[in-house]
Parts: sequence; C-alpha cells; structure tokens
Amino acid sequence: MSARYTEFHPRWYRPRMSVFWWVRRRSYLIFVLRELTSVFVAWSVVFLLLLVHAVSQGSKQYQQFLNLSSNPWMLALNVITLAFVMFHAITWFNLAPQAMVVRLRGKRVPRSWVAGVHYAGWALLSALAAWLILG
Amino acid sequence: MTDHITLQVTRYRPERELEPTTQEYKIPLHEEWAVLDGLNHVKDQLDGTLSYRWSCRMGICGSCGMTVNGEPRLTCATFLTDYRPGPIRIEPLRNFPVIRDLVVEIGDFMRKLPEVKPWLIRDEDAATPQGELLQTPAEMDDYKQYSMCINCMLCYSACPIVGLEEGFLGPAAIALAQRYNLDSRDEGARERMEVLSTTEGVWGCTFVGECTTACPKGVDPAGAIQRYKLTAAAESLKSFLMPWRSA
Repeated sequence: MSARYTEFHPRWYRPRMSVFWWVRRRSYLIFVLRELTSVFVAWSVVFLLLLVHAVSQGSKQYQQFLNLSSNPWMLALNVITLAFVMFHAITWFNLAPQAMVVRLRGKRVPRSWVAGVHYAGWALLSALAAWLILG
Repeated sequence: MTDHITLQVTRYRPERELEPTTQEYKIPLHEEWAVLDGLNHVKDQLDGTLSYRWSCRMGICGSCGMTVNGEPRLTCATFLTDYRPGPIRIEPLRNFPVIRDLVVEIGDFMRKLPEVKPWLIRDEDAATPQGELLQTPAEMDDYKQYSMCINCMLCYSACPIVGLEEGFLGPAAIALAQRYNLDSRDEGARERMEVLSTTEGVWGCTFVGECTTACPKGVDPAGAIQRYKLTAAAESLKSFLMPWRSA
C-alpha cells in the first residue's frame, strides 16, 4: 500500500504483528493447534501405509513392524497422534454446520442435526472398522 | 458519591511521538454509560485533544469500533459497568494503520470492497420490462443475514489472516459478496467468482472463526466464506468434469 503523507497525515503508526500472535488469545491458540493436527493426520496415514507395506512383504517384515510399533517412543508418538487426530475430527465436525446450509422442504436443517449426522457417520465407520478387526 | 472507573486510552500524536503511548482518565461510572459515553466525557470535560470516531451511538453507523480490553467492540454497545472495577484498556482496532489516537485508516478495505462488486448485477442493462423484481420472504431470508453488515471493521480487527496477508479480501467484503450472490434478483455470481475463488479471496481464509465471534450484527462472515468455498469447489469440479458448460 502506498501512502501519501500530508501535513494532516504526517505518519501512520503501523503496528507489527508479533510472531507469537497466536498465544494472545485462546481461540487463536486452538486454531493453530487445529492447523498443527494436519501433521499428525499425515503421520497416521504414513503409519497406515507402512503397516500395509509390511503386511504385503510377508510375516517377517510384519513382525518387524510390530516390534517397531511396540517401541515406547513409537507408542508415545501414536498416543499423541491419536489425541491430535481426535481433536482434528471433533473441531472439524463442530465447524461443519457453519459451512453447510442444508435445506429440507424449504426449511433450514438445524445446526445440531448437521453436526449429529457427521458424528453418527464417524461412529458408524468406527464400528465397522472395529467389527472388521475384532469380529 | 459517584463511582469512578479508569480508562487507559491509547494516544498517538504523530507530530510529536513515534509510537503510541497510554493515557489514563478517571471518569464517572454511570450504569447507562457505554464506553463511548465515557470517551465523550473525556473529550468534553477532561481532554479535548483525544481523537476517535463515532456517530450514531446505536450500533448502526459502524464507526466507533475500538479494541476494548483486547476485544474488538463497538464502543457504543459496550457498557462501562461490565468492566467494573476497571481499569478499561481502550486501543485502536488491530490490523489497521493508526492515523491518530483511536482513529484507524480503513482505505485498504475501501479499495477491496468494490472488487467483489457488492451491488445487484443483472444480465440486461435496461430496466426490466416487468417492472419490479419481486422476491418472496423465503428468498430474502437467504441473504438477509449478510445484508446486516455495517462495515464496522471489527471482523478485520479480529482476523489474524488480515494482519498477516496484506492482499486478503477479508471477512466483511466476502460476506457482502455472498449477500449479492444469494440474492434471487442477482445474476453476477460468475463475475464475482473471479475475485472470490482466489488465494486473496476465500482460499486465503483458514477458518479461525473470530470474525463471526466479533461481529456485532450476527452476520457470520466465517460461515459465508466456508459456504462459498463449497460453492467454488463444486463449480471448479463441474467445469473440470463438464468443460463445455463453463465455456
């Protein structure tokens, strides 16, 4: 932006945004944490791909993968990953009704329903995954 | 005996200081006084050199937006008693250059706003032969919420992206674009898409959501932007799958 200074506007004060702007407010911090969750979502995908790769390579490779996964630091990483992925999913589902305006017979579907359908879908898919693994 | 409360007001006098300073004023605390009434008391009775903007005193004109105790607020709609016993910190709106004291420079927004063409666009130039363009209450409800914007700039002050990315159109401009996109009488959605579906437009928004929290008129700019992201994504998918349609 080019500013023309006159005697009436001799100099504007331009505050600089601090690098730590996101610790100033709780809502900013939650937002930055939500953005950060993408790293953990990516890691969970990589971890899944590593598992699929190990399975495809035979039982020895699979056993190696299991040994790696039971390492304390790997367990710790995956517990943190789970927490962040849950945080990601919950905050995302809670925001969904704001972005989605659904109409049924000309009337706007209440926000709680839109969020509810997302949670129900999540529960259904989790149950399906649990049934596939345990059942 | 009248109660009193202290205002810690940011002062910036460019002719004599390089950076803002804080000045304290002790004012009477009346139950019916908004922060703006407190500032008017300062201006009238204590220090006539204090500069700030105000006009209507009733949440319509959108000119008295300031940062009150760290939150972007309309000072005419923020009551002193809610901050008892004080002090109350009053700063200019964030994310804007400061001209003087509590007065900010909003030229950047004024240049961005017309880019989204916030007016009714019709395909034909002449007046419609059938006269008025009628609209049902339901059709009006589609956009009414977004038409409540008073350009008070609280959403720009609340949005970190506005502060970080100079080119970002910002919440109010995009919400106002949606106000016309969703109007049954408007035919300009395609024209606006060129400006809106860009990194300076909706895709610059990372959905912090603070614009909606700050909005004193219930406009929900964050919702408007996310809704438009869905529209823009659907449109680009359509033009990818059916290129002959967008030609």
